[in-house]
Amino acid sequence: MVDRARAGRDALLIAPTGGGKTLAGFLPSLIEISERPPSNAPTGLHTLYISPLKALAVDVERNLNAPILQMGLPVLAESRTGDTGVARRARQRLKPPDILLTTPEQLALLCAWEGARAYFESLRCVVLDEIHTLHSSKRGDLLALDLARLSQLAPNMRRVGLSATVDDPEVIKRWMAGPAGPDSIDLVRGPGGAEPIVDMLLSEGRVPWAGHTAQHAMAEVYEVIKKSRTALVFVNTRFQAEFAFQELWRLNDDSLPIALHHGSLAAEQRRKVEAAMARGELRAVVCTSTLDLGIDWGDVDLVIQLASPKGASRMVQRIGRANHRLDEPSRALFVPANRFEMLECQAAREAIAENKLDGDPPRVGALDVLAQHVMGCACSEPFDVLQLYDEVRTSGPYRDLAWEDFEQVVDFVATGGYALKTYDRFSRIIRGQDGLWRVRNAATAQRHRLNVGAIVSPAVLSVRMAMRGGRGGRKIGEVEEGMLEMLEPGETFVFAGQTWELVGVTNLDVLVRPANDKDPKMPSWGGSKFALSTYLAKRVRQLMFDEDHWSVLPTDVREWLEAQRDRSLIVREEEMLLETFPRGQRHFLVCYPFDGRLAHTTLAMLLTRRLERLGVGPLGFVCNDYAMAIWALKPMDGLDFGELFAEDMLGDDLEDWLNESFMMKRAFKGCAIIAGLIERRFPGEPQKTGRQITFSTDLIYDVLRRHQPDHLLLRCARDDAATGLIDVARLGHMLARIRGKIRHAPLEHLSPFSVPILLEIGKERSPGGHAGEMILAEAEEDLIAEALS
Amino acid sequence: MSSTAAIAAPGAAFAYDFAASPCGALRTCVGSARVMLRASGAMYLEISRTLVVADLHLEKGSSYAARGQMLPPYDTRETLGRLEAEVAALSPAAVILLGDTFHDRRSEERLAADDAQRLRDLAGRTRLIWVIGNHDADGPQRLPGETADELELEGLTFRHEPQAGLQPGEVAGHLHPAAKVRASKGTVRRRCFVTDAERAILPAFGAYAGGLNVRDAAFAGLFARPPLAGALGLGKVHAVGWKSLTGD
Repeated sequence: MVDRARAGRDALLIAPTGGGKTLAGFLPSLIEISERPPSNAPTGLHTLYISPLKALAVDVERNLNAPILQMGLPVLAESRTGDTGVARRARQRLKPPDILLTTPEQLALLCAWEGARAYFESLRCVVLDEIHTLHSSKRGDLLALDLARLSQLAPNMRRVGLSATVDDPEVIKRWMAGPAGPDSIDLVRGPGGAEPIVDMLLSEGRVPWAGHTAQHAMAEVYEVIKKSRTALVFVNTRFQAEFAFQELWRLNDDSLPIALHHGSLAAEQRRKVEAAMARGELRAVVCTSTLDLGIDWGDVDLVIQLASPKGASRMVQRIGRANHRLDEPSRALFVPANRFEMLECQAAREAIAENKLDGDPPRVGALDVLAQHVMGCACSEPFDVLQLYDEVRTSGPYRDLAWEDFEQVVDFVATGGYALKTYDRFSRIIRGQDGLWRVRNAATAQRHRLNVGAIVSPAVLSVRMAMRGGRGGRKIGEVEEGMLEMLEPGETFVFAGQTWELVGVTNLDVLVRPANDKDPKMPSWGGSKFALSTYLAKRVRQLMFDEDHWSVLPTDVREWLEAQRDRSLIVREEEMLLETFPRGQRHFLVCYPFDGRLAHTTLAMLLTRRLERLGVGPLGFVCNDYAMAIWALKPMDGLDFGELFAEDMLGDDLEDWLNESFMMKRAFKGCAIIAGLIERRFPGEPQKTGRQITFSTDLIYDVLRRHQPDHLLLRCARDDAATGLIDVARLGHMLARIRGKIRHAPLEHLSPFSVPILLEIGKERSPGGHAGEMILAEAEEDLIAEALS
Repeated sequence: MSSTAAIAAPGAAFAYDFAASPCGALRTCVGSARVMLRASGAMYLEISRTLVVADLHLEKGSSYAARGQMLPPYDTRETLGRLEAEVAALSPAAVILLGDTFHDRRSEERLAADDAQRLRDLAGRTRLIWVIGNHDADGPQRLPGETADELELEGLTFRHEPQAGLQPGEVAGHLHPAAKVRASKGTVRRRCFVTDAERAILPAFGAYAGGLNVRDAAFAGLFARPPLAGALGLGKVHAVGWKSLTGD
């Protein structure tokens, strides 16, 4: 690493967690800074470290300062995150440390400063940690653009990427490359660690048919925790975390110190848990993806995954949390929550053993992010539009950006990009006599800086103790607004490991008081928020078809597969099974594409439209990661399934449905915020709640769609919805894969495979674009029923 | 649902009288006047052939643009289009603009020439009455029509801002009422009329005008009994009782 750094080469360093790769990334910088000749002038920023997580930046600051102190190096390394105090941030701006450890959002903010050029002039190195989580998202787009800017300000800057799990280094190299292109990056692979040992909990309580909580196995999980030194218990959602934590404490007769850690908890509480963990005081922590990344927690000797991991790479990362020493293998235990998950866990185990990981496809940079960046550039210093176009195209995600698109983005930044040109005199950026674009005024720049960032999360409310007079007291944590939809004041829920009663909601606070309810109303469970990775899904299909392979599975799961073979069909890996059967007064169609809940939901929406046209009277549907079921008034076994699943459903049917769907509105809102059309924060004003934003962006969406359907932001929203929210690409691949390969099993009764999906019926909300009308109609019927009673 | 249904309001010995009309509107009474609550958010008085719309907030988009938020500049034409559609459907003798017709005092200056012409055309076809609101206290400067602080018609008083306390016979706007309706299938939030049969508050008619939940404290003390909400659906106004409504 040091040799490469001296040569000024960019590098991508791939090494297992615990291989000392973070320190390796910093070593050349530490040497260079120490060798700098003494000088009276301020030395300036030398190295910038970017982490996807605030907590990781703080953690690395600690780990870096230990050797600096030990060796007495004249190096100042400091973190800067959204949590850093105002005074320290102001000082860092005036007098930069040698090494600054920060997040992509803070970097975007620094780049939008007026003094950015002088601040970054001396920069020699940027270290990108956990690079595999940074690259393939809007955050990654923004970071790539800011890196392009940094290379412009500091041409001698080299780039160093760090990662433990990279499936396809070429994709990462393409993303992180600067003006010299991907070929200028050296790939450095660290020594491989010991093979991880991955076991599966074969519960004596047998594997349940359906569900996501793994409640059946909790007693055994507790026993395993008792036998380990320190265990991390990973779950996929915050609600699963709360549930597992409750269950473990119910069983905790030995009063083991077991803690809870997820993104909704108050920062102080999370820090307390992290500190107790670092001191080795905890025996187990139940956690979500907030701890996925490389935070070094010392003495963890076992990683438990409750419910399925959904992807092999994510699991490798989680397993990497155990035993940060290369000579000892990491130990992990899968606890599948249902039968399909059992298959999935087995497939993941085998994938990990073969060191086969699922990769992300390369990504094309989003234009709403580009709009934010262009505005940021204008806030920093005047720009020439051609030079900026060239600069932007030195970043990976925007390498193929068309001039027309860039022009549209600049037009959007200036006046909103409308065909109706009435806003010219309000332009946010103005082209001067010198041909350069600059921000309109200081106030406009300040407002932009307040709204920088590319993570648009659902509106978050603070959970606080209710005080007298309806005021909010101590903050317990944060919840996403959607969760409240399901709760009424007086109802109870579990949060931060305790049961609370909802008192009310005021502005941005959820007021609660402790409750003694033994049976709290648990808000929506749902399944995993991660989709099953394409690669893992393929492995599950392979495993199911290969009967010889079934011997590795527990008895009840094997018997279930055998029953499916005897009563219905087991199909080849490349085929898709489709079953039809009557049940109750309904006729069911169940298929098993294994392509994830998102793609299945989109498929079900589109199939429902087709089935309506065919006159079979579809009534509803339900989807999970593995299967999709539709039920209708009339039998469906006589339909032409090749026709029904034809790929042309992704044409007009999709377009019609999408334009009406709430998903487009949600995607539009995200794009509008990122692109700066809607500001979340004004100087001196409290943050708007998501509800206020939702309402006005929906109105704007409706008006814009009617009057300028080809507007830049509608394009962005359509792209986002097609990828993130409804997974059109994956559905497209699936429809192509199963063309001519649908195996139909017309059955008299439901099949063993269909039981898990049928058990989910009733947990889903009603589908359809006119759901809102149905709700209003129902309320009106209530009123009339009341009148007639 | 074409028949009349009389509804006992909870906690009060009172029956609301309402009926659906074939055009999707809801017919009901405010004081002694028969009114039609239209799915567009407009109120129509059939006897005097008067159309009432509140809170158009024309040029709200450009008002934000002037402060740096480039909302699509299509709100005025969208709102005027809705108004023209109502006028075409009903051919009213008079149109009452119930205040806050403009979003701010300089909106009229920013009005595009063709949008201003549409307003002039409207004034040529029907009697146009501008009731003054808090956002547009000066009234129109160059556009035609009559200006009034408030107006009496069919025994009703039309004014922009609802007066505190019980005000029998008042029809107002200003509060932008919205109903959040909860049913077993989920919740939905819509603009709405709100009336206790004594007075009525109209939803905002403007394309960018948001809504205030009728459970908000701003509505407290205005009604003699738990009011009825007329929630705007697709081409239909839904009568929703107080207990089906929920706060935000």
